[in-house]
Amino acid sequence: MRPFALKCKVNGLAIEREIPSSRSLLDFIREDLGLKGTKEGCGEGECGACLVLLDGKAVNSCLMMAVQLHGKELVTIEGLKGRDGGLHALQKTFMEEGAVQCGFCTPGLIIASEALLRRKPDATLEDIKQELTGNLCRCTGYEKVLSAVEKARDNRNA
Amino acid sequence: MEKLSYVGKSLPRKDAEIKATGAAQYAADRDFAGMLHAAAVRSPRPRIKILSISDAKARKVPGYVTLVTYRDIKGVNKWPVVMQDYPFLPEREARFAGETVALVVADTARAARKAAALVEIKYRELPYVDDPLKALEKGAVKIYGRDNVISSFVIKRGAVDEAFRKAAFTVEGEFSTNYQVHAYLETQGSVAVPEAGGGMTVHSTTQCPFYVLDAVSAALGIPYHKVKILQTVTGGGFGGKEDVPALVASHAALCAAKTGRPVKLIYGRKEDFQSMSKRHPGWARVSYAADKNGKITACRVKYVLDGGAYSTLSPIVLWRGTVHAAGPYKIPNVGIETFAAATNKVPAGAFRGFGQPQICFAQESLIDELAEKAGLDPVRFRLKNLLEPGDRTVTGQRLKSSCGLSELVQAVRSRSGWDKKAATPQVRGDIATGIGFSAVYYGVGLGAKGRYLDRAGALVNVYKDGSVGVNVGNAEMGQGALTVLAQIAAETLNAPYAGVRVEEVDSSKVPDSGPTVASRTTLMSGNAIIEAATPIRERVFKTAHSMLTGLGADPSGGMTAAGGVFSMGGRSVAFKAVVAECWNRRLKMAEQGWYAAPRTTFRLRDGQGDAYGVYSYSADAAEVEVDLKTGVTRVKKIWAAYDVGKIVNPRLALGQAQGGILQGMSWALYENLVYKNGIMVNPNFTDYVIATTADKPEYDITFIEKPYAEGPYRAKGMGEVPLIGVAPAVANAIKNACGARVKSVPLLPEKVWKELKKG
Repeated sequence: MRPFALKCKVNGLAIEREIPSSRSLLDFIREDLGLKGTKEGCGEGECGACLVLLDGKAVNSCLMMAVQLHGKELVTIEGLKGRDGGLHALQKTFMEEGAVQCGFCTPGLIIASEALLRRKPDATLEDIKQELTGNLCRCTGYEKVLSAVEKARDNRNA
Repeated sequence: MEKLSYVGKSLPRKDAEIKATGAAQYAADRDFAGMLHAAAVRSPRPRIKILSISDAKARKVPGYVTLVTYRDIKGVNKWPVVMQDYPFLPEREARFAGETVALVVADTARAARKAAALVEIKYRELPYVDDPLKALEKGAVKIYGRDNVISSFVIKRGAVDEAFRKAAFTVEGEFSTNYQVHAYLETQGSVAVPEAGGGMTVHSTTQCPFYVLDAVSAALGIPYHKVKILQTVTGGGFGGKEDVPALVASHAALCAAKTGRPVKLIYGRKEDFQSMSKRHPGWARVSYAADKNGKITACRVKYVLDGGAYSTLSPIVLWRGTVHAAGPYKIPNVGIETFAAATNKVPAGAFRGFGQPQICFAQESLIDELAEKAGLDPVRFRLKNLLEPGDRTVTGQRLKSSCGLSELVQAVRSRSGWDKKAATPQVRGDIATGIGFSAVYYGVGLGAKGRYLDRAGALVNVYKDGSVGVNVGNAEMGQGALTVLAQIAAETLNAPYAGVRVEEVDSSKVPDSGPTVASRTTLMSGNAIIEAATPIRERVFKTAHSMLTGLGADPSGGMTAAGGVFSMGGRSVAFKAVVAECWNRRLKMAEQGWYAAPRTTFRLRDGQGDAYGVYSYSADAAEVEVDLKTGVTRVKKIWAAYDVGKIVNPRLALGQAQGGILQGMSWALYENLVYKNGIMVNPNFTDYVIATTADKPEYDITFIEKPYAEGPYRAKGMGEVPLIGVAPAVANAIKNACGARVKSVPLLPEKVWKELKKG
């Protein structure tokens, strides 16, 4: 198979690289770029652990091909930063509220929440619940996850 | 009560930042130079005689390296768990669909998976058993021992038949529960790295690094001191990473030993479903008898667990279920017999609650039926019969003071508005609303059946700069052990919390501390840390006192120590400075600690004696809405109260409670793993549904802390008790709402609907 000449932006950096056209976006992120914060939980788009921001929208990277990144901008959990370059607002509220337990779903939950708050800065609790139905978490019972997202929304709008 | 600086406070979680930023390294995230990848070749059928295994086609895959079979095992081909019947790799017979038969090693994970799919197993199908009750019948196909019984226990107390004859009220029912899949978000995985001199270092996602150590040493046939297990950040366990990570790690180690290169083996979700442990399906026939005043006089239980193809943890799961099978009540006459039956399905093992949730669903459902017959409200009926301090359990164990069950029941009763709601279930249109109750006790730690393993070690190392390193043998898997144990270490040493680091387990730094299970980590590792830290504390405190005296402090008021600072007579000195002075004085600033659980006296012959050192307790009320047209149930709110002794970190404890409740609710209502003819039909998250944000109920959680004198800062154990009582509370609420008594979990809409049709 002919390699594909991929041009894209990842976490703010321009990237040009030849990749096999059969490479999944998740494998490209984890193996080729070595960004291990994006997780594989199921490999079929059910759990949300592999979510990344593609042009600002949350997508399951396990269901996409790396070639679909061409000409686009990708942000992974490693690329999320606060205004001061430190922790992102959602990372802070997830930590403060106790929304992190085993942590395997956490990057995906933060990415999904960020996509929602960018699209809908005044998202209601019901909006947040609906948005996060695609992110499985087996530890927390979701209560603290929801309150972390609400707190980040309130901080952002304050 | 002593004044505490760190214990009892919601201090920040130690591992939250690395997890929230994606920096935490799970097993799949670890790479090594020259690393190869392995993939499993699995049995396609429930029971086969293996005739041959060929890699002729697999060899053609670019990047293929080798095939690993039982012939490559240099050690003993028996995985050491409780009983040794599970080979690391089968030699002649594979006993369940999904069992690893061989492994392929290749230079990428993709190539390994592709090649594994091309390995050809030639086999002959053998007759199999897929139903545990049929497995116990005479004439069943024999797949395990002489009678397909993996394990069996009894509890005999008093005169059961006579009590039933004399009873004013009796009830009997048959109940069943299905599998529960752990659905930890991180699948199983391991990276094995060969070391110079014939050693092996294994990076493993696991709750039980010392089980991994046992297994890798056995499989490779090398002594323990040449094997090192490093627990990786573990993405959820819930019991699912108790025994089976040892199998996965051994497979990776066999591949690494054969190739001489690091080998990574990470499971896909489907194979994780098919081959890793599960909550046992359970079946039970329970009967209770009560006198005319509503006092329970007798209980009879027959309880069967579906153990699957190998025994793994079935004997101890069954034992815990047996001890707790009659519920947390004073019952003078008890006859319990229990069996774990072998079937040609995935071996079932540990899952939060460990054999209790299945039988708790049965007996707590039936307690409601008994209350109804006796003409009493379910909560008032329970209050008449609950275990209280000084009472004896069904094994004859006398409970000491740390038993707050009746207070928990009263707390949930008043917070939920029980009396009014239970008496007046509402129907609006097609929606019926009702409320249900349950009460639970849970023996903390391994108890009599696991007594030889019930000890734990710790290493506390106070560095020159005043920072503190702590090594323990129990694992962080998301529950917050690293944080809670750091709080205990900081408290004991009067060290600043921020400067204490508890590490993931390294099997070479602490002695075998048993498994991270049975809600035992705070208790066992916490006590071991206190034992290690106490002599260091004495040196630090003595040094601080002499430093303060040297500064001219008046010693008459005595020295106080809080929050990392020592004060006396208006002067103070920080922990860091005191530690530097201790080092100047060449004092010993590292110590080992050890804690062994109290003695138990349980006898297998009649099931009498002390089964556990101490018990945790819970009471749950669930409010549900049932759609009378469809049978669909939604849980609106769960009120729960727990006595788990002293709460070390309230925020983490709340997280354990909420998470445990949702897991219990998800099992109660949705989770339905289906086997057809010995083949798992829905090994994925598309067809095996777990609760999401949309299903989350409201939680109302209360802690009533009954101090446990033996516990670290009076703590008991927290992890499991929140899950156990949820299913029966939901089932009892459905009954209260619409009259449907569903006797099998999951409480699917079609089952509710069918009961409603019966009217």
